[in-house]
Amino acid sequence: MATGTTAPSNAYENTVPIAEGLFTWPSNDPRLLGSQCQECAVVTFPAQSGCPACGSVNVKIIELAREGTLWTWTIQGFYPQRPPYDGPETPENFKPFGVGYIELPGQVRVQSRIKTKDVSKLRIGMNMRFLVEKYIERDGKQVMCYFFQPSDEI
Amino acid sequence: MDVAIIGLGIHPFGRTPGKSGRDQGIYATRAALQDAGMAWSEMEFAYGGSAAAGAADAMVKDMGLTGLQFVNVSNGCATGGSALQSAYMAIQSGMFDVGMAVGFDKHERGAFRVDPKGGGLGKWYGDVGMALTPQFFGMKIQRYMHDYGISEDALNLVAVKNYANGAKNPNAWRRAAITYDEVANSMMVCHPLRKFHFCSPAEGGCAMILCRADKAKQFTNKKPVFLKAVSVKTRLFGSFEVFSQSQALNRADAPTVQASKAAFEQAGIGPEDIDVAQLQDTESGAEIMHMAENGFCAHGEQESWLREGRTNIDGTLPINTDGGCMANGEPIGASGLRQVHGIAVQLRGEAGERQVPNAPKAGYTHVYGAPGLSGVCILSN
Repeated sequence: MATGTTAPSNAYENTVPIAEGLFTWPSNDPRLLGSQCQECAVVTFPAQSGCPACGSVNVKIIELAREGTLWTWTIQGFYPQRPPYDGPETPENFKPFGVGYIELPGQVRVQSRIKTKDVSKLRIGMNMRFLVEKYIERDGKQVMCYFFQPSDEI
Repeated sequence: MDVAIIGLGIHPFGRTPGKSGRDQGIYATRAALQDAGMAWSEMEFAYGGSAAAGAADAMVKDMGLTGLQFVNVSNGCATGGSALQSAYMAIQSGMFDVGMAVGFDKHERGAFRVDPKGGGLGKWYGDVGMALTPQFFGMKIQRYMHDYGISEDALNLVAVKNYANGAKNPNAWRRAAITYDEVANSMMVCHPLRKFHFCSPAEGGCAMILCRADKAKQFTNKKPVFLKAVSVKTRLFGSFEVFSQSQALNRADAPTVQASKAAFEQAGIGPEDIDVAQLQDTESGAEIMHMAENGFCAHGEQESWLREGRTNIDGTLPINTDGGCMANGEPIGASGLRQVHGIAVQLRGEAGERQVPNAPKAGYTHVYGAPGLSGVCILSN
């Protein structure tokens, strides 16, 4: 399957990624970006300039897998301090959200917010799928962020 | 060369409105000097630290400008432990005969506020609500409980024990026992961890006077407690640490395992020789993992230990007899020293209501925290 396909630019002109370099954007098939050490093959997310395992600077940016399994998780039960938090809710309408590490086979475990209809169904080992969607609006732009979602909810 | 602790001082932990962190450090320093029967002017050096309450050496303005070597220590959650280790090495090197380690702090209420940008994590990490330490603790124990078949019962039992111990410690912050049901029904903070499973950032100060063991009698009439080993280690690639945006697929031993092994080797004894221990209990899950990481039991044995009361004050290995971080709160700069203080009073037999029976001979302290480091001390009388 083709990856990182660039969509017609007008479809994304009102969007901006939450940070540059986390995932391919704009794209109608975005992918997370990591770095892989060319000496020892260790993968990190986000991409970084050196390898945390061997210290080599011979690293290459790679696209990460879309599918993985939930390695561990929690539910953020209280409204985080703002700043640094910049979510769409107020303390009044805040709803607990899932956070976890998703193991991408043969690559790395990525920390991510979990998009789910029911946080009480989160379990270690669940199949998860990567997606990018709007997180908040800022300065009239839609700020896009990556999430993982239980595969059976897609 | 053996190093002796000959003076102990502590400012009560918790919340002390109107009193700065520095003032709490000064209070603890004066108490430690009084305990040793020594004067500030006799101190040849000091190592001190705080994470949020300013430079420790600012206390000399009130203590006296004696010209001593004063080094400020900043090392995350091991700040107090690293001050003690520095003092230990200063004496062991033969450069100094007597000096002090001190730590104090004063944090704002609520979870520690994190600066993701300053930590090299990117602003986005805070924006999306992942720069929160309680999440890390929730995720780490979630996986551990899954791997080793530990239930929420174990989390609750640790909390009940530590608050019960805190109720017996006049210097503790939370001095009321909490029932099992209160713990088990308290608000879910970061699943599976509830409100009463967690310690809170707080305030406090702790100081101790150290000297060459062979000269202890020249300085004090106090019965010394000996520091047999001190070790501080940081994370290896593959250990599960706070604020990791990704984790390696391979898993490495935690920094605690490294620090513990090194300390036991230095002291020439093993976990079975320890009579009383203080293990980092940022939350209940931490104490559970640390029982095994420090070598006291196998991974997965903790729940039966707790159900049998083996870590209670009258158990085979009492843990956190002063109430730990849960009952004392966590003033980062002072916490590691508070643990050593808790063991030293046990080895002196001066722990009052919380005294471990049968005259303990060897004690153990363990601090763990951000950014993935651990400090261990072994003490004897």
